[in-house]
Amino acid sequence: MTLYAFYFLSFLAVLSALMVVFSRNPIYSVLYLVITFFCVACHYLLLNAQFLAAVHIIVYAGAIMVLFLYVIMLLNLNQETESQKSNILKFAAVISSGLLMVVIIGALRGVETGVIELGSNSKIGLVKNLGNLLFNEFLLPFEIVSLLLLTAMVGAVMLGKNHMRRAQQIAKNRNGKFADSATNNIKVKELTNE
Amino acid sequence: MSTFLIYKLALVLAVFGITLLVAMYSTYLERKVAAFMQDRVGPDRAGPFGILQPLADGVKMFMKEEIIPNVSNKFLFIVGPCIAMITAIMAGVVIPWGNTITIGGETYTLQIADINIGILYVFGVVSIGVYGIMIGGWASNNKYSLLGAIRASAQMISYELAMGLSIIALIMLTGTLSLREIALMQGGGVGSDWNMWNVVYQPVGFLMFIICAFAECNRMPFDLPESETELVGGYHTEYSSMKLGFYLFAEYINMFTSSALMATLYFGGFNFPFQNDLGLDPNLVTILGTVAFFLKIGFFIFFFMWVRWTLPRFRYDQLMNLGWKILIPLAIANVAITGLVKILVK
Repeated sequence: MTLYAFYFLSFLAVLSALMVVFSRNPIYSVLYLVITFFCVACHYLLLNAQFLAAVHIIVYAGAIMVLFLYVIMLLNLNQETESQKSNILKFAAVISSGLLMVVIIGALRGVETGVIELGSNSKIGLVKNLGNLLFNEFLLPFEIVSLLLLTAMVGAVMLGKNHMRRAQQIAKNRNGKFADSATNNIKVKELTNE
Repeated sequence: MSTFLIYKLALVLAVFGITLLVAMYSTYLERKVAAFMQDRVGPDRAGPFGILQPLADGVKMFMKEEIIPNVSNKFLFIVGPCIAMITAIMAGVVIPWGNTITIGGETYTLQIADINIGILYVFGVVSIGVYGIMIGGWASNNKYSLLGAIRASAQMISYELAMGLSIIALIMLTGTLSLREIALMQGGGVGSDWNMWNVVYQPVGFLMFIICAFAECNRMPFDLPESETELVGGYHTEYSSMKLGFYLFAEYINMFTSSALMATLYFGGFNFPFQNDLGLDPNLVTILGTVAFFLKIGFFIFFFMWVRWTLPRFRYDQLMNLGWKILIPLAIANVAITGLVKILVK
C-alpha cells in the first residue's frame, strides 16, 4: 500500500516538476511547482515526518510560492510579451546545466542505494522528537542556521532602507522645502513601478 | 475496524453537513444582524421570520446564468472557487467537536482526526486557501480582480506570520500542537483538576489571534480584497452564479472554522464550567459540551458580524502597518514574556 502510494506520488512529483519547466505560461509553472511541493510533503508524511510535511506546505506552498505568484502576476508575463532570449544565452544555459547534470551524476554514481534503517524509533519525525534532537544534539548548527536567516533578513531590510533613503535625497535636492510631499510622491511612483 | 471506518465516515458526513448548514444560516444571521444594527427588519418574506431565505438564495444562485468571460483563462477561472471551497471545508477535519462518547463499551471520539500537528494542519490549509482567491482573481483577466487578488495575497501572508507568532506563546503553555489535547487541558471542575480557559493566561495572544482571524477571513474591517467602493467587487468581480456563491460561501465557512478554532484554543473548546461537579452521565456531559462548543462558535460568528457592521474599512497602508509594525513585534514580545514567566514560575 505504502509502496504504491510512493510510486504514485513520485510519478506525480516528477511529472509536475517537468511541467514546471515545459509550461510556456509562468503562472502555470508556479502552480505546477506548488503541486510538486505537495507531492514532496506527502513523501514526508509517508516517512512519518508530519511536522516537516506541515512546515513544508506552510512555508513553501503557502508563503514563498504565493510571493512568486504575486510577482509574476504584477509583471504580467505572457507568451506574447516575453522577450526572446538570444541564442548565445540559450547555449550558455544548456552547457552550464549539462555540466551540472554531469557533476550530479558523477557524485551519485558511486552511492550505495538500499533501505535506510529508521531504527527502533520510527517516530523521529514527530515534533517532540525533532525538537529534542534540534535543541540537544544539533544545537550549534541550529543556532548558526538561525543566525544566517537573521543576517539575510537584516540584509533585506537594509537594502530596502537604502532605496528609500536615496529616494528621499533625490526628492530633497529637487524640491527644497516641499521635500516631504515629494518624497511621498516618489515613493508611490517607485512602488507602482516595482 | 469496519465499525471504526463507518463511524469516521458518518462523522465526516455530519461535519460536512453541519459546516454547510452553519455557513448557510450565517448568511441569514448576517442579514438579520445588519438589519438589527441599522434598525431595519431584514429578510422576512421566505417562511416565518425569513427563515427560508438561505434556501431561496441558494436556488437563486444555482438558477442564475453562468458567465465565463471570453478573455479569461477558463480552466483556472473554474479552479479558483473550487480551491477556495475545498480548503475552507478541509480545515474542519482536526477540530475537536466534542469529547468521547461511550456506546456498548466502545469509545468514539467526536473528532475526525486527532493528528499531533493539528494547529499546523489548519495553518497549512489556510495558507493554501489564498490560492483560490489569487487564481480566480488572475484568471478573470480584469484589472480590479487582479488588484483584489494581489491585495488578498499580501494581506494573507502578512497576517499569517502574526497569527503563527501569536499562537506560539499558547503552544509554549500547553506543550502540544494537538487541538484535542489543548481542549482537554482546559477542562475540569472545582477541586483538584480546576483549569482556567487559555484566554486567562494569554489575553494578548487571543486579541492578536482574533485580529489575524478577521484578516485571514477577509472580513470587515480587513475586507480590502473585495472592497466594493474601490474595486467594484474585488477578486470576484467577474464571477456570477454559483461560482460567486462558492467564494461567498467559503468566506462564511472560514468564519465558522476560525470561530471553532478560537473557541478550542482560547475558550475551553467543548468544556463548560462545573462539568465534572454536576454528577451527570459522561455521555450527557459530552453532548452538553458539544452544545456549549457550538454556542461559543455562535458567539464568535456573531462577533464577526457585529464588528463588520460597526467598524469602517482600514486603508491598505494602515492594514500593513498594523500587521508588520504592531502585531508582529507584540507577538514576539508576548512569546518572550511567556517564556520568562514560565521559567520564573517553574
